[in-house]
Amino acid sequence: MPSLFAFANPKRFLDMSAAVLPWFVGATVLTLGTGLVLGFLVPPDYQQGDTVKIMFLHVPAAWTAMMAYGLLALCSLLGLVWRHPLSDVAAKSAAPLGAVFTALGLITGSLWGRPMWGTWWVWDARLTSFLLLLFLYLGYIALWNAIEDEVRAARAAAILALVGVINLPIIEFSVEWWTTLHQGESILRSGGSAIAPVFLWPLLLSGLGYTLLFFTLWMVRIRTEILERRARAILLAGAA
Amino acid sequence: MTALSAILFRDIRLATRAGGSAALALAFFAAVATLVPLGVGADLRVLARIAAGVLWVAAVLAALLSLDRLFQADFEDGSLDLIALSPLSLETVAAAKIAAHWLTTGLPLTLLSPLLGLMFGLPPRAIAALALSLLIGTPAVSALGAIGAGLTLSIRRGGLILPLLVLPLLAPAVIFGAGAVQAALDGLANGALLLLAAFALATTLLSPFAAAAAVRLNLAG
Repeated sequence: MPSLFAFANPKRFLDMSAAVLPWFVGATVLTLGTGLVLGFLVPPDYQQGDTVKIMFLHVPAAWTAMMAYGLLALCSLLGLVWRHPLSDVAAKSAAPLGAVFTALGLITGSLWGRPMWGTWWVWDARLTSFLLLLFLYLGYIALWNAIEDEVRAARAAAILALVGVINLPIIEFSVEWWTTLHQGESILRSGGSAIAPVFLWPLLLSGLGYTLLFFTLWMVRIRTEILERRARAILLAGAA
Repeated sequence: MTALSAILFRDIRLATRAGGSAALALAFFAAVATLVPLGVGADLRVLARIAAGVLWVAAVLAALLSLDRLFQADFEDGSLDLIALSPLSLETVAAAKIAAHWLTTGLPLTLLSPLLGLMFGLPPRAIAALALSLLIGTPAVSALGAIGAGLTLSIRRGGLILPLLVLPLLAPAVIFGAGAVQAALDGLANGALLLLAAFALATTLLSPFAAAAAVRLNLAG
């Protein structure tokens, strides 16, 4: 059985990702498209009316944003422990995507909050911890950009990501403790899902679509970063 | 004198002598606290409601002011290389520097806070809660700040990035710290101080390792 590191070879990654990328694009378009179209066709909610349709844009964005931070931390750990350049590249490439999905979650949440809660922004637990998550992403990106040496930047950013991922549950808990207005978990909870199946299926589909979208974009970004580094190396070799 | 206490006392001496950071942090803390009533009005009832949050945020910012130089000054003049070569582990050095930073900022801020609490119209019980929460919570600020200081060690304008890295991580300290004062103000008992203590203990214990790792990667190569 090939070790995990066989896939960490940049050349092999480029070859393999080039082969699977079209499939990922296709699957993304299919699931995200179906999810959003089905989401648009759901009957109006008895309380929320048509605004419930924002859910299919909002909830998956929030899921993806959290997953992205988890993957970012995982890649950081792999990069830090095994000094794998590809993990560093993967972590670096995941950060801006995670930040965008976080921002998307916040913006769609705000647009949903206006008709539902009567205000664009409330200082509620989930919103606030999501805003803090956005700052964690921005700090990570800023640190990467501020350190010129790539190896050093990768390791510094990895330490920050790991500190962040340890702190994130504490931040979540503290903000939760602080106040809450947002509804609790309604999909995964003991006693079964609290959401009607007619809403659940489009939601899960668009959730899958967002996830695939993230992986597709992530792959493209990693490929771009590898090629960019290669181009820079060639330029430097030519200049010397 | 052991190498550890040498580093500790040297850092304390550097922070308290002329041009040191301890007095500046105190002055910053007091100046921010003075500007707030000018912004929100002099109504003592309003000020008492917001005192906990304002003073906690001001204390965190004041402590952050001097953090970017925690390792950087030693890095620039080369003494950090010598310290790293010494038998002392970098984790121990980081712990000593965190302790020195707390003794010269967190502790003085705590001692000044009752006076500012009084000026914000806090009742005695809430003032006691404020001082106690700062006493318990400010070590977490120094500890988490040290990680940021280590990470931004080699960045010339590291002081600009440091708050962005550290402030989101400090959200629990501010929440529990201000929460303890708010609870005292409302005459309620709650576990805020205990949670704050747990947070401060955990961060103080773990941060030296992360800070040392951050310093090490900046020294390598």
